[in-house]
Amino acid sequence: MSYVPDNLKYTESHEWIEILDNGNIRVGITEHAQSALGDIVFVELPEEESYAAGDDCGVVESVKTASDIYAPISGTIVAVNDALEDSPELINESPYDDGWIFEMEIEDEDDLEDLLSSDEYKNSIEEDQDEDEDE
Amino acid sequence: MKKTCLHQAHIDFGAKMVDFGGWEMPINYGSQIEEHHAVRKDKGMFDVSHMTVVDLQGDDSEAFLLKLLPNDVRKLSNGKALYSTMLNKNGGVIDDLIVYKRGENNYRIVVNAATREKDLAWMEKQVESYNAQLQEKPELAMIAVQGPNAIEACLKVLPENISQQLSELNKFCAIDAENYFIGRTGYTGEDGVEIMIAEDDARKLWDDLANAGVQPCGLGARDTLRLEAGMHLYGQDMDENISPLECGLTWTIRKTDNDFIGADALQAIKDKGISKKMTGVVLSEKGILRHDQELIDENGPCGIITSGSFSPSAEVAIGMAIVNKDIGEDVKVQIRKKQLVVKLVKLPFVRNGQSNI
Repeated sequence: MSYVPDNLKYTESHEWIEILDNGNIRVGITEHAQSALGDIVFVELPEEESYAAGDDCGVVESVKTASDIYAPISGTIVAVNDALEDSPELINESPYDDGWIFEMEIEDEDDLEDLLSSDEYKNSIEEDQDEDEDE
Repeated sequence: MKKTCLHQAHIDFGAKMVDFGGWEMPINYGSQIEEHHAVRKDKGMFDVSHMTVVDLQGDDSEAFLLKLLPNDVRKLSNGKALYSTMLNKNGGVIDDLIVYKRGENNYRIVVNAATREKDLAWMEKQVESYNAQLQEKPELAMIAVQGPNAIEACLKVLPENISQQLSELNKFCAIDAENYFIGRTGYTGEDGVEIMIAEDDARKLWDDLANAGVQPCGLGARDTLRLEAGMHLYGQDMDENISPLECGLTWTIRKTDNDFIGADALQAIKDKGISKKMTGVVLSEKGILRHDQELIDENGPCGIITSGSFSPSAEVAIGMAIVNKDIGEDVKVQIRKKQLVVKLVKLPFVRNGQSNI
């Protein structure tokens, strides 16, 4: 079972969301997601513009495959983690910390209610694994 | 899903397992980039027991292979290996394979796992009119040990009489002993061997090799290694809809006595003029090349990436591509919404540890 910090929110598409003191959110991909992707070698960072919830806004590419990153809620991206341009492996090494991907100013705080809690996310990845084992 | 006899070894060594053409196989044991470097710089091993081994015997075996394969098995002396394509009547590639000559009219053929059923059906159909018999050997496991120090490790682990033969084994030749069939062949661009062994003996050999410092490697590293080496992957770099003449495999076609299946179609393609070729592609900007991305030159679409990934050795994105023969100078690749500059280069990108990029 991979590490799922309790103080973060999550999406079913494996993004984590940290609510910052200024009300913005910081977004990355979970330990479970980086582990499934394998060695990450390129990140196409989002443009600093507005996105609706569920829009694909960037791409994380491992040696193996490319995976879209989605805006977890509607808002405007106000910062991206430029360090990932030269060191995409930060997502593997430190998915919840140095491997953050972008920060977003959100449109409506109520949207935060739609996100998964850590327990809900844990359940969702356990269900994924159960399905894999059933195959 | 099907499992090889080394399945438990993969679990014990911490592999992440994936579905590979119906086989549950290791994609990596942690980091596929580290596994890649182990093979380029030292030694690594792959379980390739899912591949299909077929033995061929009978008086007409050579005659049958001359019909079945466009490469020339008459070039083979005993104990030598040959790479060939196998074509349909239209000159399309049914599969690629390695054939080892074991003696007069006695051959061992290794074909891809994903194409096993259609390959066997095709070969069985073609062999009907010959005095020759095909026999699949599913009871054999196969471990590929690859890298500049691979053979040294094998010498330590294998029985003395086998080690003696291995120390004198030339490239693309095989040892054909009672319990070991060892070809000095591979799919990584490095020196090394592919060892066929009884399933019951495979786990001990795997563990012995691991104890000798050989890094277990998954199919992820196998793919980046073969891509850097410019080696074709069936289903991506060629398939039944393209001839070897148009995808960089002309060298597998013999020039004389060309009465093999597909020869007439190849001649027709030549007469019409070959319009495509295989090339290496290096991305000049940041990003990753992938299978099916389109290439564009001054005149529009001019080719397609057939295999693409990140090259751990060169630390850039590389790909193999089938392009128009008269492709222009300024070539770009369409990646999502962007067009990025690429450079066309000769294959291979890397061979025996040396990068040509």
